[in-house]
Amino acid sequence: MKNIVILFVSILAVTTLTILSCNKKVTGVTDNLPALNPQNADLNAGSWKTILLSRPDTFAVPAPVSVIAAEYIAELNEIKGYQKNLTGDQADKINYWAAGGVLRWNEIMRGLVAKYNLPPYQNADGTYPIPSSSNPFAYPLFPFANPPYAARAYAYISAAQYDALVACWFYKTMYNRPQPSKVDPSVQLKVNPTNLPSYPSEAAVLAGVSAEMMKLLFPDEIANIQSKLEEQENSTIMSGAATRSDITAGEALGRSIAEVFIARGKADNAGKAVGTPTDWANLVTTCEARGETPWISLESPSRPPMLPLFGNVIPFLFSQATVATLRPAAPPSTSSDLMKQETAEVYGYIKNPTAENIRIVQYWADGVGTYTPPGHWDAIASLDFIQKNYSEVRWARNMALLNMSLMDAGIVCWNTKYYYYNPRPTQLNTAIKTLTGIPNFPSYISGHSTFSGAAATILGYIIPEKASTYTAMANEASMSRLVGGIHYRIDCSTGLTVGNNVGAYAILRAKSDGADQ
Amino acid sequence: MKNIRILHTYAVLFLCTFFFFNTLSAQTDQDAIMMAKNNFCTGLTYDHSSWKDYWEGTFKRNNANLGTVSTNSFSVMGNYGISENLNLLVGLPYMETKASAGTLHGMTGLQDLSLWLKWMPIEKKLGKGVIALYTIGGVSIPASNYTADFLPMSIGLGSKTASGRVLVDYQLGHFFVTGGYTYTWRSDITISRTAYYTTELILSNKVDMPDMDALTLRSGYRSGRLIAEAVIINMKTLGGFDIRKNDMPFPSNTMNATTIAANFKYNIAKVDGLSIIGGANTVIAGRNIGQSAGFDTGVFYILDFSPKSKKK
Repeated sequence: MKNIVILFVSILAVTTLTILSCNKKVTGVTDNLPALNPQNADLNAGSWKTILLSRPDTFAVPAPVSVIAAEYIAELNEIKGYQKNLTGDQADKINYWAAGGVLRWNEIMRGLVAKYNLPPYQNADGTYPIPSSSNPFAYPLFPFANPPYAARAYAYISAAQYDALVACWFYKTMYNRPQPSKVDPSVQLKVNPTNLPSYPSEAAVLAGVSAEMMKLLFPDEIANIQSKLEEQENSTIMSGAATRSDITAGEALGRSIAEVFIARGKADNAGKAVGTPTDWANLVTTCEARGETPWISLESPSRPPMLPLFGNVIPFLFSQATVATLRPAAPPSTSSDLMKQETAEVYGYIKNPTAENIRIVQYWADGVGTYTPPGHWDAIASLDFIQKNYSEVRWARNMALLNMSLMDAGIVCWNTKYYYYNPRPTQLNTAIKTLTGIPNFPSYISGHSTFSGAAATILGYIIPEKASTYTAMANEASMSRLVGGIHYRIDCSTGLTVGNNVGAYAILRAKSDGADQ
Repeated sequence: MKNIRILHTYAVLFLCTFFFFNTLSAQTDQDAIMMAKNNFCTGLTYDHSSWKDYWEGTFKRNNANLGTVSTNSFSVMGNYGISENLNLLVGLPYMETKASAGTLHGMTGLQDLSLWLKWMPIEKKLGKGVIALYTIGGVSIPASNYTADFLPMSIGLGSKTASGRVLVDYQLGHFFVTGGYTYTWRSDITISRTAYYTTELILSNKVDMPDMDALTLRSGYRSGRLIAEAVIINMKTLGGFDIRKNDMPFPSNTMNATTIAANFKYNIAKVDGLSIIGGANTVIAGRNIGQSAGFDTGVFYILDFSPKSKKK
C-alpha cells in the first residue's frame, strides 16, 4: 500500500509541475515569420494579364521627383528620424508586415470573416432579421459572413490586390526609382534587400486597395482597417523600404483600382442573393412539381434558406451562362431506393462515430464563427506559399487564382443546391444526428466538397509537388461531411468533381496570365 | 472528527464545471472530513443534470435547436486514509451528453481522472467546538481522447488541471460550517482545428485555458450517522471571453456559476461501512454556461485494511 501511496503522490507532484510549466501563452503559427525574401522579384509582372483592368496603366501614376530633389532628401530624413528612435512595438510591426502584405491582409480578412460569420438571432415572433448594408451597425451586424459571402469577399479582395500589384509593378519598372537605402546608405534597410524599384510602394498599393474594398465588404470595420493601413504604411517607411512619396502614390493607385472591383461587386447580383419570400416559396413549389421532397430548414424557428440566389452571382473565371453547364445531373429521386441506401449509409457512419471521424469532422467543420471552408483553404495555401518565398505580386496572383476558384465553386454549388433543393440526410431520417452544426441550405451538392475540389485543383497546379497532398486533403474534407452526418456520399463525390471542373478554369487562366511563362 | 466520512462523487467542482455541467454538490475533496487510517472507501455515484436556459455572456436564452441538454455520469471513486490526517482520493467518471432537440450528436466517454491529496494539519478545540484546517491538492487528466471542441455536447474541456484548496471547518455539537477557497491552474488544450476565433482570430490548434477559482460555503448537521448540508459555490473563470450572440460555446469561454445544493449522507446501521448519499443542486446565476439543475446519488462501502483488524 505504501508503494501505491508514494506512486500516487509522485504522479500528483509531477502532473502539477507539468501543468504549471506548460501553461504558456499560445502563439499563432504565423506570428513570428521571417521577412519575405523572394527568390524572384518578378520584374516582368507589369505585363501579366489583369483580371478586370483593361490595361495596367488605366490609372495614371505621376512621375516621381528625382532622388536628388530636396523633397526626396526630406523624405529620407523622415525615415532616418524614425529609425533613430524606433520603439520595440514599431520594430514588431515592421517584422509583422515584412512577412508579406498579401499574407497579412488575407489573415485580417479571415479574422473578419470569422468575426462576422454568425447567423442572426431570431426575432420574438420567430422570424429572422436580415443584416442590412445600409444599416450595418444595427443588430444583426452586416454582413453575415457565411461561406458564399466569404468566398466572394476573399475573391474580390484577392483579385483586386492582384490587379493593383500588376499595375504597381508596371509603374515600378517604368519609373525605376531605387530603394531609399540604395540612394542613401545611411538609411537602414530592416527588411530583405530587393532589386525591385520602390515607386510606387507595393505595401501601400496593398493597403489602399484592401482598405477600399473593405468599405464594401465589411463596412463596420472601416476604422479598424484604416488603422491597419496606417500601420502597414508607417512600418514600411520605418523599415527603410519606401519613402513617403512611394507610399502616397501606392495608396492612391490601390484605392483607384479598388473602385473598379467595387463597381463590379455592386452589380454582380450578390446584393439580391438573399431573395424574397416569394423566391423562397417558389423553390418549394418547383421542387414539388418535379415530384421530389423539397428541402426544409432544420433550424428552429425555421430559418429562410441561406442566399438562395447566390447561384446567379457573376463568376470571375467563366461566363454566367457557363454556370448551368457546370451544374451536375440530378441526384437520385428522394423516393428512390438509391436515396434510401444513401441515407442508410450516413446513418451507419453516424450511429457510433469513431474518434478519428470526430476529429476529421471537427478539423474541417469550418462552421459558425470560423473563417469558413474558403478561409480554411486560404490558410492551407498561405502556409505553403510562405515556404515558396513568392514576390508580393506572385502571392497576389496565386491567392487570386485560389479565391476566384473558391468563389466560382460557391456559385456553381449554390446554383446546384437551389436548382435541386434536395433534403439533408437528417430530414429523411431524423435519427441522423450530426457531429457539427447542420447548415441551413439544401444538401446536393456538398459545399465543402465543391470548395475543396476547386482549391485542390488550382493549388495542385501552383505547387505541383503537393498536388497529391491537396487531393487527399480535399477528399478528407469531402468525406468529413459524410461521416459527420451532414451529407450523402453522392453530394460529396459530385461536389468534388464539380469543384475540380471549376478549378480547371483557374488553371486555364494561370497558364495564360504571363506569370508562368 | 474521527467519524468516518464517505466519499461521494468525483472531483467535482473544477473538473466538471463545463458549459453544460452543474457545479455539483460534491463532498470528499471538498468536505472537511477525513477517512480513518488504513480505511479505504470506494463507491459508485450517478449524477444527472440538465439545462434548457443558458447564458451567452450575460444574455440568458434558450435554444430550440438544443432543447434540453442533459448529462449523465457514472463515477467510481476511492478514498484511502494514509493516516488520520492524510487522505488520498481518486475518481473517474464516465459521461454521456444528449440534446433533446436539434441535430447535434451526443457524446460519451471517460472524462477526467482525478487524484487528490487531503491533509488536515490543524485540529483543535475552539470555544465549545472544534476548528480544523485542511489543505488539499489535486490534479486531473483526461482519461480518454474525447473532443473538447464540440460544446455544448463535449463531455469535458480537455485540460490537465492542478488545484490547490484550503478549507476551514468549525463544528459545534452536530452543527458545522465549512468555508473553502480553491484555485485551479489549467493547461493549454489542443483542438482538432487549426484556427479559432475568441475576440480575435488565433491561428493555432492550441487554446490557452484561463485559470479558475471558487469559493464554497457549506453548513448543516453532521453526526456519525447522518450528514445533511446546504452548500453554495461561486465558481469563476479568471479570464476567457464571452460567447457572442448566437455563436457556439468554446472551451476557453469565461464560465462562471453560482450554484446552490443540498446533500445528505447516511450510514446504514445494519451493515457496518455501508452508506448512501444523495443531493440536488441548481445554478442560480451564471455566465457562458447552462443553467443546470440536477441530482446525484451513490453508494459507498468502507474496507478496513488496518493491520490489527478493527479496533473501533
